[in-house]
Amino acid sequence: MAFKHKHLIDINEYSAEDLMTILETADSFRAVNERRVKKVPTLRGFTVVNMFNEPSTRTRSSFELAEKRLSCDTLNFGGSSTSTVKGESLDDTVATLCSYKIDMIVVRDKHAGVPRKVAEKSGVHVIDAGDGKHQHPTQALLDLYTIWKHKGSFEGLKVGIIGDIGHSRVCGSLIPALKKMGAHVTLIAPNTLLPARPDVLGADTVTTKLDEVLPELDVVYMLRIQRERLEGAPYPSLREYSMLYGLNRERERLMKPDAIVCHPGPINRGVELDSFMADHPTHSVILDQVYSGVLVRMAVLYLLLGGSEDENPA
Amino acid sequence: MKTLLKNVRAIDPQVGLDGIVDILIEDGAITQVAPSIDATADEVRDLTGKVVIPGLVDIHVHLREPGFEYKEDVASGTRAAVHGGFTDICCMANTKPVVDTAALVEFVKDRAAAADNCHVHVAGACTQGLAGETLAEMGDMDAHGAVAFTDDGRGIQDAGMMRRVMDYAVQFGHPIMDHCQDESLVDAGQVNEGVVSTRLGMLGWPAAGEELHICRDIELARLTGAHLHIQHLTSAHGLDMVRAAKADGSTVTCEVTPHHLFLTEDAIGDEYNTYLKVNPPLRTAEDAQALIAGVVDGTVDCIVTDHAPHADYEKAREFELAPFGMTGIETSLGAVLTNLVRPGVISYERMVELMAVNPRKIIGIAPVSIEAGSAADLTVFDPELSWTVTEEGFESKAKNCGFVGAEFTGRATDVYVGGVAKMLNGELVK
Repeated sequence: MAFKHKHLIDINEYSAEDLMTILETADSFRAVNERRVKKVPTLRGFTVVNMFNEPSTRTRSSFELAEKRLSCDTLNFGGSSTSTVKGESLDDTVATLCSYKIDMIVVRDKHAGVPRKVAEKSGVHVIDAGDGKHQHPTQALLDLYTIWKHKGSFEGLKVGIIGDIGHSRVCGSLIPALKKMGAHVTLIAPNTLLPARPDVLGADTVTTKLDEVLPELDVVYMLRIQRERLEGAPYPSLREYSMLYGLNRERERLMKPDAIVCHPGPINRGVELDSFMADHPTHSVILDQVYSGVLVRMAVLYLLLGGSEDENPA
Repeated sequence: MKTLLKNVRAIDPQVGLDGIVDILIEDGAITQVAPSIDATADEVRDLTGKVVIPGLVDIHVHLREPGFEYKEDVASGTRAAVHGGFTDICCMANTKPVVDTAALVEFVKDRAAAADNCHVHVAGACTQGLAGETLAEMGDMDAHGAVAFTDDGRGIQDAGMMRRVMDYAVQFGHPIMDHCQDESLVDAGQVNEGVVSTRLGMLGWPAAGEELHICRDIELARLTGAHLHIQHLTSAHGLDMVRAAKADGSTVTCEVTPHHLFLTEDAIGDEYNTYLKVNPPLRTAEDAQALIAGVVDGTVDCIVTDHAPHADYEKAREFELAPFGMTGIETSLGAVLTNLVRPGVISYERMVELMAVNPRKIIGIAPVSIEAGSAADLTVFDPELSWTVTEEGFESKAKNCGFVGAEFTGRATDVYVGGVAKMLNGELVK
């Protein structure tokens, strides 16, 4: 199986066909995850470093599970043990890791552009697991997978993204990815939560009126709001944010019956989502997103590392 | 010591000169300029094909000494200046400690005298420690030779404090060089707010964060009568405000850098090249075009480099962690000749005004002209010399120049400082 990419760093470098290949490959890994022995030898002998220079729960655990289910050898590097805490430069840290003869680095960092730098310095495969406020391509892929499984296709699908778009690395990857797949993207947020130029990311429309657009949306994508201190916060109170931009039992009545609700997690219950919507049996697909995270990460690992030809991925 | 320069094209709008001449230099001064001079001299140099102009002056340079000698020091920075064709520079006060007392002014002057490369004029701080809270001893610094006052590197945040600085500084007759940056708007902005900040996912540094201070300080200059000099101006709107203030008769001057003229935010791509991380940031192509129009129409008074050297390991960091600034003193003349003079955007005469005449006026030092009686601070360049900017080609300790890789035509080959050759045929005289 030929896949022309070495890295997954910038979703803009992937075509719609590439993205579809990843989704289909992810789908083929369902079987592995749903049997008693959840492991295949596909990537046996490959060493993957999970370099998480910033706290992460679900992305990190999802990558680890994906790697283990494909039989990679993994090395977790980061947290309070990071060399950067001791004053080592990123370049030196990467050079040190590479001396171990590794095959791939999965990198999460609070600074934009770091995965590209790691790729240049290391020469090995790199997956961006979230860099600053820039991109988070595997999150976009798991979102695409979830939407695809629930909606069947993307063409003409109306997707609304609500919340802190300006500080969201998810949006940096998700909006361009949705556009590539043919969806229509509306951003719903006050200007204090928008990037300077939403059009640059590919957004079709931008509005502050959630109630006006909600009835048209097939996918309602709620972003996590940062519970920051009020001084300097981009909204006056969580109460008002919830009032204007929260999805709740009242607003459910405005939604299409088959609309799905996504959220990258972790949820602030009572802020962007009330429990009624977060746990809604038909609208909420939030836990499907979490599961999709393992599937698409297995797919990306497999496609980038080019698992052995003769072994069926599933 | 007598030096005779022969067959050189001399250009000096101050005396209406553009022609092939011979120039006789005796004991640091020009003693004769004529179509042909027959005189015995200790050194006779045939400069056929080259152009001589009044020595270039860069009034915005960071020499980094004291405190940051690992980035640059007075000796290396002035070597770089000569290599770039400059006879005079004015260095900024944001060293460690800050140049906010006469002792520090003297220290920098001593280091410059010891290095003996080019003339170094010292700008002192407006406020102690650049903290924007307490006036620095501007009078004592003036008495010890400071030529300007500036908190460059930071904007003075409080309008009342800026007014106090201007009110107090007026008595010394020096310009207030103004780094315009409203920190409450700029915060931790990394690149111009707009397309690139969105695409690269970094905090934006909005032009309004600069324009707000330009607007405020033009009003304060009007109120106080101080000479306000806007540093490294970057935006079309900011330039319009300066244009309007000049039309009103305010004592406002401004400078632009080659990187804000010839590079734009679009140059910052997915490789997150930290050499292009500068403060204020590279702005849009429309802004750069407006700055060039200002260079042409006279709104822009001078071109400076904001030469800001950093160690390689500092610029090798993550973009958001790397320090702001690029070097430029060795590429400025080449960039201006290539991008403005050769294409006919400006004349040689205008270039001389922007890079030699006006900077001297702004910092209030004696004019230099190509006529008998003037100090022999001269820059000679080869207008046809094509060269590529490389990291290996710098005399500066630092390599962080955003023009690395650029192809330029035109380069300084010879520099005379007080009649003494500091560079000959592109090689520094040790």
